[in-house]
Amino acid sequence: MSTATAPASAPATRKPATMAQALRQALRDALADDPHVHVMGEDVGTLGGVFRITDGLTKEFGPDRVTDTPLAEAGILGTAVGMAMYGLRPVVEMQFDAFAYPALEQLISHVARMRNRTRGAMPLPITIRIPYGGGIGGVEHHSDSSEAYYLHTPGLHVVTPATVADAYGLLRASIASDDPVVFLEPKRLYWSKADWSSDAPQSVPPLGRAVVRRTGRSATLITYGPSLPVCLEAAEAGRQEGWELEVVDLRSLVPFDDETVCASVRRTGRAVVVHESSGFGGAGAEIAARVTERCFHHLEAPVLRVAGFDIPYPPPMLERYHLPGVDRVLDAVARLQWEVN
Amino acid sequence: MARLSPPSPAAAGPAKRSARPAPKPPEAAGSGHTPPPGWHARIDPAPLLPEPEPYRLLGTPAARDLDPALLRRLYEELVRGRRYNRQATALTQQGRLAVYPSSTGQEACQVAAALALRPQDWLFPSYRDTLAVVARGVDPVQALTLLRGDWHTGYDPRARHVAPLCTPLATQLPHAVGLAHAARLAGDDTVALAMVGDGGTSEGDFHEALNFAAVWRAPVVFLIQNNGFAISVPLEKQTAAPSLAHKAVGYGMPGRLVDGNDAPAVHQVLTEAIERAAAGGGPTLVEAVTYRIDAHTNADDATRYRDAAEVEAWCAHDPIDLLERELRDRNLIDDAESKAVADGAEALAARLREEMNADPVLDPMELFDHVYAEQTTQLREQAAQLRAELDAEEDR
Amino acid sequence: MSVKSTAARSSRGGAKRRGGAGRKPELVQLLTPEGERVEHSEYSIDLTPEELRGLYRDMVFTRRFDGEAVTLQRQGELGLWASLLGQEAAQIGSGRATRPDDYVFPTYREHGVAWTRGVDPLNLLGMFRGVNNGGWDPNQNNFHLYTIVIGSQALHATGYAMGAAKDGSDSAVIAYFGDGASSQGDVAEAFTFAAVYNAPVVFFCQNNQWAISEPTERQSRVPIYQRSAGFGFPGVRVDGNDVLAVLAVTRAALEHARSGEGPMLVEAFTYRMGAHTTSDDATRYRLDEETAEWAAKDPIARLKTYLANEGLADEAFFAEVEAESDALAKRVREGVRAMPNPDPMAIFDNIYADGHALVDEERAQFAAYQAQFEGSEEGAAR
Repeated sequence: MSTATAPASAPATRKPATMAQALRQALRDALADDPHVHVMGEDVGTLGGVFRITDGLTKEFGPDRVTDTPLAEAGILGTAVGMAMYGLRPVVEMQFDAFAYPALEQLISHVARMRNRTRGAMPLPITIRIPYGGGIGGVEHHSDSSEAYYLHTPGLHVVTPATVADAYGLLRASIASDDPVVFLEPKRLYWSKADWSSDAPQSVPPLGRAVVRRTGRSATLITYGPSLPVCLEAAEAGRQEGWELEVVDLRSLVPFDDETVCASVRRTGRAVVVHESSGFGGAGAEIAARVTERCFHHLEAPVLRVAGFDIPYPPPMLERYHLPGVDRVLDAVARLQWEVN
Repeated sequence: MARLSPPSPAAAGPAKRSARPAPKPPEAAGSGHTPPPGWHARIDPAPLLPEPEPYRLLGTPAARDLDPALLRRLYEELVRGRRYNRQATALTQQGRLAVYPSSTGQEACQVAAALALRPQDWLFPSYRDTLAVVARGVDPVQALTLLRGDWHTGYDPRARHVAPLCTPLATQLPHAVGLAHAARLAGDDTVALAMVGDGGTSEGDFHEALNFAAVWRAPVVFLIQNNGFAISVPLEKQTAAPSLAHKAVGYGMPGRLVDGNDAPAVHQVLTEAIERAAAGGGPTLVEAVTYRIDAHTNADDATRYRDAAEVEAWCAHDPIDLLERELRDRNLIDDAESKAVADGAEALAARLREEMNADPVLDPMELFDHVYAEQTTQLREQAAQLRAELDAEEDR
Repeated sequence: MSVKSTAARSSRGGAKRRGGAGRKPELVQLLTPEGERVEHSEYSIDLTPEELRGLYRDMVFTRRFDGEAVTLQRQGELGLWASLLGQEAAQIGSGRATRPDDYVFPTYREHGVAWTRGVDPLNLLGMFRGVNNGGWDPNQNNFHLYTIVIGSQALHATGYAMGAAKDGSDSAVIAYFGDGASSQGDVAEAFTFAAVYNAPVVFFCQNNQWAISEPTERQSRVPIYQRSAGFGFPGVRVDGNDVLAVLAVTRAALEHARSGEGPMLVEAFTYRMGAHTTSDDATRYRLDEETAEWAAKDPIARLKTYLANEGLADEAFFAEVEAESDALAKRVREGVRAMPNPDPMAIFDNIYADGHALVDEERAQFAAYQAQFEGSEEGAAR
């Protein structure tokens, strides 16, 4: 995947940028590099999207490349399927997590399996961008963490960045991928900042590679997307308790990087999976099972999960009780059977 | 009261402005009814309305002007199609096909749709449209792969521009719109024809597809085969619309109503719609009124929900008989030619029997192919597991 | 349940059929923007001076309350607000056309309709403050909770109407939605079901010209009221800034529904004077001229002109309404500020009918976990 590698000559001036800016730059570069890339969705044109991720793109590339669609999610994704069949590379925006559900039939019955149905003759290189997760005080239906629905559907990649640089790199890689990618954007990190250069973005990490964000030897915190900052903060706070916590950022839920995750857990012997979607039947259940199956003899304690409760997403003033926070993560770490040592 | 104005080009094409133009000044005060500022008549609905009764050619004076070569071709395909349906249904009884949704009685729609398309156009069939797929040139055995069950699609969609047979109702319609839209963006002279049944028109995807097509002016033709039944549910329980073709008007595209058993009429209406789409005129909705002579599939029992008399009445309006009568009346076909056509259909059936009676060669390891562009680690592990199980089985 | 005869319900309008695709687009108007009463061939209205003053009062109160909510959002008291500014006539006119036994399915912008149904405005603010997902009992006023997912309430309304018809009641149902929602598959499926079952439902589309940033021509090639023709029921377009016309047309549509004639689509042609919500910036996609021109069609101003010109209300009345609306705003302001923070344990309530082992376990764990932080600096976890 060379498209997004920095030109060797370009001097990189790194300055603070938000995740939203990095995503916009990724879309802009993808549109500029490949005439097959089309961006479509509700309000992505004149308005620039409700989160302004597509701001200015319709002006720059024209309304045929960055298109305001009717307010109909099944229609958006269904027509994107046809566009991809014709050879385009649609990048679809669903306005909010919960508003992507009308498109689930198109996603599950067509997008995920067209390659397979046609024995590889008709892959669908569609990227479906979905702002997800809570923590922004959104009213009902604006805060869902819907990743479990997607990762249970073979044929889809499920990717979620947690840093500014990854937002750029993973989105470029997703658009470049010949497989459909559900690209989950943690909306509470849209305005998170990091030093980053849009002139010379770092090379794109391949999909399916986790990364160790912080090393430690006491226990591994396995997380992704909006929960990464929580885990990093918990790791920092854990030092007071004498814990050196390693933090793994999965970046891709599908494909899943067993290697990086298991290598870390085998080193530390303890693991906590952290995500904000409900625990029952969630990503953490799969991860805990995989880690247990592969690292059982290295484990000092059961793999624990810190997840949202198994309740419909609460009203905004109550969401902080639902979302895993630093204390709840540390509470789980404290329960990792230290006393037996 | 603002009067109706002809559709303006601005309203017709995709909107290209970033904000609306400054509105026209309001009418002088005191004029009584002053419309709100944004209000303007956009499209005259009257020309979009479908025919009051299904359009027909056979048995009318207009039939005399039809091209004999086209009529012969349609006839040959209809006969082949009927034989194909019969053979495929027989194969289900022999366990060679998992299921077959027959289009007996609907052959005129199937064949006309395939023949009306130009090579560069695309066909988006549903699971009952195998005949259209075959008439478009897809291998008759490969077209049955889905229903035989050895894979989901047996042909390369790009080879003949035929999308895979689609099972979830109406979901193929937005695909056709998207493909047509993409072709138009590329400046290609390509039209997509999407087939759907009467039941499918109740689906949300039908609505979203028609609306997208109209708003985008996509070069797409929607063909509804109104065969009277969605499995057991008759049309009157499906919709209260004046006709299914009327639905077009609510989206701002023309609706056409045609006798679905009159092959030249269906061919002509679809050809006009395709030409209109290709010329930038946007989408058309065509309702072909026909009848599903057989049950929904071989697994269904139609006697539970409909009268034999109704079926008989439709048998008297058979698409092959209607066309053959025209050919005979005009001396365009004689007994020898008729026999030659029948023999050709028999040969097709014989080939189907022969090839389908051979057990398909299955490769279980292919299960892990075509899931992703590259196999994931997990799929490689699972493939190895299955390989080991298969090897162990062989050793036993 | 007694089943009303299908024959009665399936008489589909016949000669009375209104609108439809074959007709020229027309707009029902009974009160011009200049405040002149005009007549319409099919729809008429005859209101007492008191009723007219009542409509005025409703619209002023609604606008005042709505404006107060916008202010409260700016002050940080609300997380979000979806203003109805400009749509008062569409909402008050249609809401006042309903009977108490009718059932209303709103979107999230139906503050005026809520007012006509007797829902305390303060209750509307809970979800926008973030303390709940809807602060009223839908069955108390036959006014369902605000629905945020676009268009899905059209199906709920249709189902409710089918139930009412099966019960043999002559109650009708009204489903509110916007121009953008007309593109949703759910709305089309609702149209199909309502038509097939001849359900007593009125689809009330407030075409406020903008689905967030997208103008109506990106949603539909035809005027929205013509959409119903393809489904087999009538549609009519009414001047949505004319409270009299909206009242007359909605009454007729509800009567059409409750008398067994089936569904009807009413498109109220109006304008969203404010942004989509307080989170939106409308200057990014529309021109001031357009907004200015709609401002000249203001629903309240035209009724005020009419009342004054006809001598149906005097200055004292207008001043009184103003004072009352200020009092309402004050009550709302104070009420919101006094709104108690919700009990964290409430998040485990009302998830299943009879409790649920998993949820019960999590409730207990959470209670124990919260107890650890009692008396700590913030009294809550990080």
